[in-house]
Amino acid sequence: MDFNILIGGFAGQGMDTLSKMLELILKRKRYYVFSNKDYMSRVRGGHNFIQVRFSDEPVFSHVNELDIIVAMDKNTMDIHRHRLSKRGTLLIDKSISSKEIQTPEEYDFMWEITSLETAKELGNHRVAGTVSLGAILKMLGLEIDEAVIDVLKQAFSGEIFDLNEKALRKGYEMYEQKYHLDKGNFEDSIAINGNQAAALGALAGGLAFYSAYPMTPSTSFMSYLSSKMDEAGIVVEQVEDEIAAINMAIGASYAGVRAMTGTSGGGFSLMTEALGLAGITETPLVVLNVQRPGPATGLPTRTEQSDLSFILTASHGEIPRMVIALKNPEHAFYTMARALNIADKYQMLVIVLSDQYLADITVTIPAFDFSQVEINRHIATEKEADINDYKRYKVTDSGVSPRLIPGQFREALVIADSDEHTEYGHITEAADVRIAQMDKRMRKLDLLKDELEEPAFYGTENPENLIIAWGSTEGPVREAIKRMNDDGKNVAALVFSDISPLPVKLLEKYSKTAKNIINLEMNYTGQLAKFIRQETGIVCNKSVLKYDGGQISPSEIVKRVSEVLS
Amino acid sequence: MIDPKIYNSSDENAWCPGCGNFGILDALKETLHELELHPSNVVIVSGIGQAAKTPHYINCNGFNGLHGRAVPPAAAIKIANKNLKVIIDSGDGDSYGEGGNHLLHNLRRNVDICHFVHDNQIYGLTKGQGSPTTAVGQQTSMQLDGVISEQFNPVAFAVAMHASFVARSFSGDKEHLKEMMKAAINHNGYALLDILQPCVTFNAVNTFKWYKERVYKLDSSYDPYDRVKAFETAQIWGDTIPIGVIYKEDKPSFIDRLKHLEGKEALVDRKWKPSDAEKFLDELK
Repeated sequence: MDFNILIGGFAGQGMDTLSKMLELILKRKRYYVFSNKDYMSRVRGGHNFIQVRFSDEPVFSHVNELDIIVAMDKNTMDIHRHRLSKRGTLLIDKSISSKEIQTPEEYDFMWEITSLETAKELGNHRVAGTVSLGAILKMLGLEIDEAVIDVLKQAFSGEIFDLNEKALRKGYEMYEQKYHLDKGNFEDSIAINGNQAAALGALAGGLAFYSAYPMTPSTSFMSYLSSKMDEAGIVVEQVEDEIAAINMAIGASYAGVRAMTGTSGGGFSLMTEALGLAGITETPLVVLNVQRPGPATGLPTRTEQSDLSFILTASHGEIPRMVIALKNPEHAFYTMARALNIADKYQMLVIVLSDQYLADITVTIPAFDFSQVEINRHIATEKEADINDYKRYKVTDSGVSPRLIPGQFREALVIADSDEHTEYGHITEAADVRIAQMDKRMRKLDLLKDELEEPAFYGTENPENLIIAWGSTEGPVREAIKRMNDDGKNVAALVFSDISPLPVKLLEKYSKTAKNIINLEMNYTGQLAKFIRQETGIVCNKSVLKYDGGQISPSEIVKRVSEVLS
Repeated sequence: MIDPKIYNSSDENAWCPGCGNFGILDALKETLHELELHPSNVVIVSGIGQAAKTPHYINCNGFNGLHGRAVPPAAAIKIANKNLKVIIDSGDGDSYGEGGNHLLHNLRRNVDICHFVHDNQIYGLTKGQGSPTTAVGQQTSMQLDGVISEQFNPVAFAVAMHASFVARSFSGDKEHLKEMMKAAINHNGYALLDILQPCVTFNAVNTFKWYKERVYKLDSSYDPYDRVKAFETAQIWGDTIPIGVIYKEDKPSFIDRLKHLEGKEALVDRKWKPSDAEKFLDELK
């Protein structure tokens, strides 16, 4: 059983509240839920929609095929009706259909409901969404039980709750059951979106300081942390610009706490000079970039994976860095904690890439296992640091020098310098020192290579056709591979999370026998394919690229992969 | 008692002989010594420029960051470890030009740090271009026909911004400068100290003599809490230049305003465990 509902309208119609309640009800009814958002960069008007998919089996992606459309305006119907499945239903309020649709009898898939009228009868037009929710529940045969009422209580309180409960029951009574669903069986799940999961992972990883400037789609990462600031005992500061954001995070990290900053493409561009500062001062730093389509302001609320090439070398000069892409909310949680550990261990910059799709998808997953998370600070002891002749940038075999923090020992001062510096941290222009320090910094990457995570592999062993993807396309790719394999196609995929340094074991293994290597990316230039070619000489001979701002779906992948292979 | 020699750095100094920075450096060392601030509990923060080399010329913890970006890391160092004394030593170009936005917002933020601006009204390290505090009409190596943009008045700006502490001093009067530095260090909040300083190589106008003839000390009858008077005093610039604590406003610092950290140890001293965050799962169930 696999069911997909779209709720659409213009900004300000309360789609968010409605979809959140629906998601939570489905979760409490023990279904696997996956929802994604498509919204415009405006507070009122336009066209926004949310898709809520649910199943009695795990789901990893949004899908194109729709079973129910809840159209809060005619626009929603016009834009999405072609996606409605044969069993599909379009719910539309009579006040819209009677005015704007001339011959409703042609639309046998259409269910006219009177949510607005009913809401007005109840005395508040704002409960129309809840009337619709009642109608949807009835249609799906989902009983109004305690779990449903609980969800309503979470959204509303007092008199407003009473009114909404009436509205829900009214909507439920007015319509008939249309679908007979299998029961859900997913016990003890949590519902969380990508940005929340990443932020919670950072908190579990001991994040103490976060400075940032609000920028869509990274903002909800910051607002989550901000909402937990008091309880977690951390500092979250909204700063004057992204330059301040990253320089503050570096300062806090130098002083010894786990610190991060986060932003989206344009803000990241402003941060680039300071990436080098973190690099040369060997200050541990994690920077999150929740990508959106560029260039410049681009498509502010849409999704893309077009910052990779830029991020791999962003900032003048050469520094060691790690680049990790988040694949899904569960991966985001554990990876943020891992990124903080790696930053501390190697005293290095770790850039974490997410995107709008991942930021805004809400999924039900098993509760995170906090016992799997560790906080390893790698701050040196008195002995390790040789405090009577302390060298912050001591040249070592591994390239990692003993890290102390200011004030830790009376004998040992900690000097950080954006200039090239001696082992003590003081300015130098001596060629031999420059070479020794540069070699030392870059050498840290050799050690890091031993703990890289190989890409996830999905599909037929020894595939003839190998898809290469990264980050948030994991879910859609995974479902597309299953569809293609079920259809007898010889295809598999490698989905990268650690990108730089590039893990090469599986790539080398599968690329040897594959006839076609297809890079599937949400950008124009095929940025991962270029990087793979640069690092390994392996060439992707086919490409599936998308840069219209909407995340590629499993059916789109199946279609476009078969096109490039034909 | 701390040995005064402990503040001496063995780094080779790159300032010109006779540079006003030397007077500021000496005053800073003596101030730290007299306040019994041990080098391990002090962080000297700077951006880029001649003055911004100060962290190398004094033996304390140091953070020599990017051009114009001294204030953000300094503020964050203090937030992360409130037990450290954080002092910015940087120039007028770094503080008022490239870093102007951070100055504006840190006057609002009021983190308990000191910002000592070595203000020589010229760019030194890049060899003699106009700075935000260079006078209109003054010819420089870049503004050959004279500077045409209005001169920035940091003191009036800070008063207008309700700074919690604004003072001005002169590198040629060590006792006064030390007194101002001590007042700034002992102030709870963001303390801006604009230090007039000759550049012996690139500024032939604002020389030691030029400053010496103009500066006068505000006397004990002057009330720095009088906002109107302070704004008036901040405008005085020309034949006479007042030095002293020009404006003060007692208010809670940034850290004081974070009620959830009240009475707690410094962030850096806290022991963090992953399980501390496990409680946040409940609302997701």
